[in-house]
Amino acid sequence: MSTTEITDRQDDVVHDDGHDHPSDSKYFQIALILAVLTALEVATYYVDIGSALIPVLMVMMVVKFFMVAAWFMHLRFDSSLFTKFFVGGLVLAVAVYVIALSAFEFWSKG
Amino acid sequence: MSDTATSDHATTTGMTHNKLAMWVFLGSECLLFGALISTYLVYRGRFASGPAPGDIFDIPFTSVSSFVLLMSSLTMVLALSAIKRGDLRNNRLWLLTTALLGSLFIGGQVYEFTTFFREGLGYTTSPFSSAFFTLTGFHGVHVSLGIIMLMSMFISSLRGSLRKEHSETVEIIGLYWHFVDIVWIFIFTVIYLVPSPTS
Repeated sequence: MSTTEITDRQDDVVHDDGHDHPSDSKYFQIALILAVLTALEVATYYVDIGSALIPVLMVMMVVKFFMVAAWFMHLRFDSSLFTKFFVGGLVLAVAVYVIALSAFEFWSKG
Repeated sequence: MSDTATSDHATTTGMTHNKLAMWVFLGSECLLFGALISTYLVYRGRFASGPAPGDIFDIPFTSVSSFVLLMSSLTMVLALSAIKRGDLRNNRLWLLTTALLGSLFIGGQVYEFTTFFREGLGYTTSPFSSAFFTLTGFHGVHVSLGIIMLMSMFISSLRGSLRKEHSETVEIIGLYWHFVDIVWIFIFTVIYLVPSPTS
């Protein structure tokens, strides 16, 4: 394909590299969702939600993390090999440091 | 910067090695930041006679700087979108905006560090302070390197050596920039928003 063109799906654009990437308006929508999630995260600092605080914060953090990776870093659209390398490193890091924190009795002592 | 169109490279994987290398590098960076975050979590309750994290963190201020860094991911992806369309003017605009937002974030971090230091939290005050400054300092160095790369691309573009066929260069540096942003998403929640010990 020699020029950039709009595909049937209005939100997506096919570029010269052959990858299907979102349009600028889609990027703005994603940024808006990220901004709202950040505002909700900050709101938990002012509003007492009791024991739900940490699970709620973790869920919002993970959603933001994967939205940036999927949409802004294009993992949703690029080769799955990139996802495997990145998620491989991420899973290895989480596994190693959960074990390390357990060794330091972090979960019981805090 | 090479004039060769990156999409023309023939590789054994069918994808460019530069981009693959960046993803492998980012995967390895997860381990680096994982180590720094874990160290902080282990030491956050060991503040000796110095200030405790719960006493010293300024959540409203850090929330604003977190928002600034998050929005720099939007401007970065708009810079990539512009160069892929061949719109070099907007590419330069968004690259410069991203660098400025990154600089604003770094300025905020310098202000935060200075304030903490005035309140008695030095690098060697306590295990907590060492772990905190090492973690956030390492992240700040990553952001600063990203700003240098963004400004290098901006200057290359002004000189006419960053064109549509070099969009992969913008994409690879963009991947690094977004990674720095997602690391901060993690740091902001785990270090700042999860309730910290107080003295």
